[in-house]
Amino acid sequence: MAYTKRFDGRKFDEPREMEAKVGVIKNADGSAMFRFGDTIAVAAVYGPKLFHPQHMQNPQKGVLRCNYDMLSFSVNERKKPGTSRRSQEISKVTEWALSSVVNLDSYKNTVVDVHIMILQANASTRCAGINAAALALAHAGISMKELVSSVSIGKIDDKLVVDVIKEEEDYEDGEGATDIAMAFMSKSGDIALLQLDGKIRPAELKEAIKLGEKTSKDIYELQKKALKKIGEES
Amino acid sequence: MIKTETEETESKRELIVPGEAIIKGKDYLPGDGARREGEEIIATRFGLSDISGRLVKVIPLSGIYMPRIGNVVIGRVIDMTFNGWIIDIKAPYLAFLPLAECPKYVRGDLSEYHDIGDMICCKVLSFRGKGVDLTIMGRGLGKLEDGMIIYINSNKVPRVIGRDGSMINLIKEETKCEIVVGQNGLIWISGKTIEEELKAKEAILFVVEKSFVGGLTEKVKEYFGGKK
Repeated sequence: MAYTKRFDGRKFDEPREMEAKVGVIKNADGSAMFRFGDTIAVAAVYGPKLFHPQHMQNPQKGVLRCNYDMLSFSVNERKKPGTSRRSQEISKVTEWALSSVVNLDSYKNTVVDVHIMILQANASTRCAGINAAALALAHAGISMKELVSSVSIGKIDDKLVVDVIKEEEDYEDGEGATDIAMAFMSKSGDIALLQLDGKIRPAELKEAIKLGEKTSKDIYELQKKALKKIGEES
Repeated sequence: MIKTETEETESKRELIVPGEAIIKGKDYLPGDGARREGEEIIATRFGLSDISGRLVKVIPLSGIYMPRIGNVVIGRVIDMTFNGWIIDIKAPYLAFLPLAECPKYVRGDLSEYHDIGDMICCKVLSFRGKGVDLTIMGRGLGKLEDGMIIYINSNKVPRVIGRDGSMINLIKEETKCEIVVGQNGLIWISGKTIEEELKAKEAILFVVEKSFVGGLTEKVKEYFGGKK
């Protein structure tokens, strides 16, 4: 049986309902929430601040540190709190994706900390995390080249789908499931993150990236709207 | 003594996010928080775009204080070395106030002059990649005795000061308090009574809260009118 209808009844190129909110954590220098359906990510930015230990400081440019974590109640089966192989990897790729847009040159010898917490997970958590973190960085007044918008594209059996959910990730019939997380820069359209889990043909991958680019534009509009909303209030 | 920014300029201000084009044209020059990319001037910070003449810049709405040479700031002494004091100015760098930059210092213990925990009003003398150097040579600079310190977001400081100091002078007049506003967002208030100081504090917080309302000086006048 081929994959003809999505589990939640969405169109193949339709993302889940998205929501972005800036300024959710009062004590942080910048914060934001991003939601894809029932995947909720909250990001908080602290800094630029004094970097200790001193030997880790970089006199040429600032340091960006990302910390991604899923809270223990974010999934159905309780997740053991703390870092794991998975969360370390995601922290690292998020850091790389974000450091390509942050102007760290203006923050020599300092550190910018980004904490991403997943409150509720239903796949695409790293994408929601990057979207929230980009907003939080902008909210913290950090100098950035542009924003980043991230979305996951899946290949379920032989169909390309936008914004994968958990059930689709676990799909095993036909060609199985492939999950591609990608992030695009808002102005230049460059790719900040591209990860692939599964198998896909080169031609299909190109198509998937095109689909991701299209969806990321919608996400960018949403991010812009969320930032402008908080700007009007302050 | 304190640098002021014009409160309301003729140019239209718009909210802008990083990576968004502010204006197109070869004539414009990118200022703070902006960069040029081909024909366009692009924002690199989240804030309000400001075009004055040819200069295009972004006025940030948030973010922590970054020191600049010539800024008058208020800081707390957090440590002493053999030749000066280390001062926390609420910036991502530690600030150093050398002994040589202190007038009328007499031989003896450093702590007799400035002790740990003292609040000092000082000027940023130099700022390199690593650390800030301060001075207290100058009028109005030095140790702040008595009074109270409040902390606001440093991006709101130009609002609290107002055009040519109009706002802060109004608050000073109305509350009969001495007020020093540091560019880093620390504000020192000293009055004859606690009530006066609290009144000044409330007024400053009112300005911070209403910082994006047009004709703010008038609003503050009304605010004081209502209080009497």
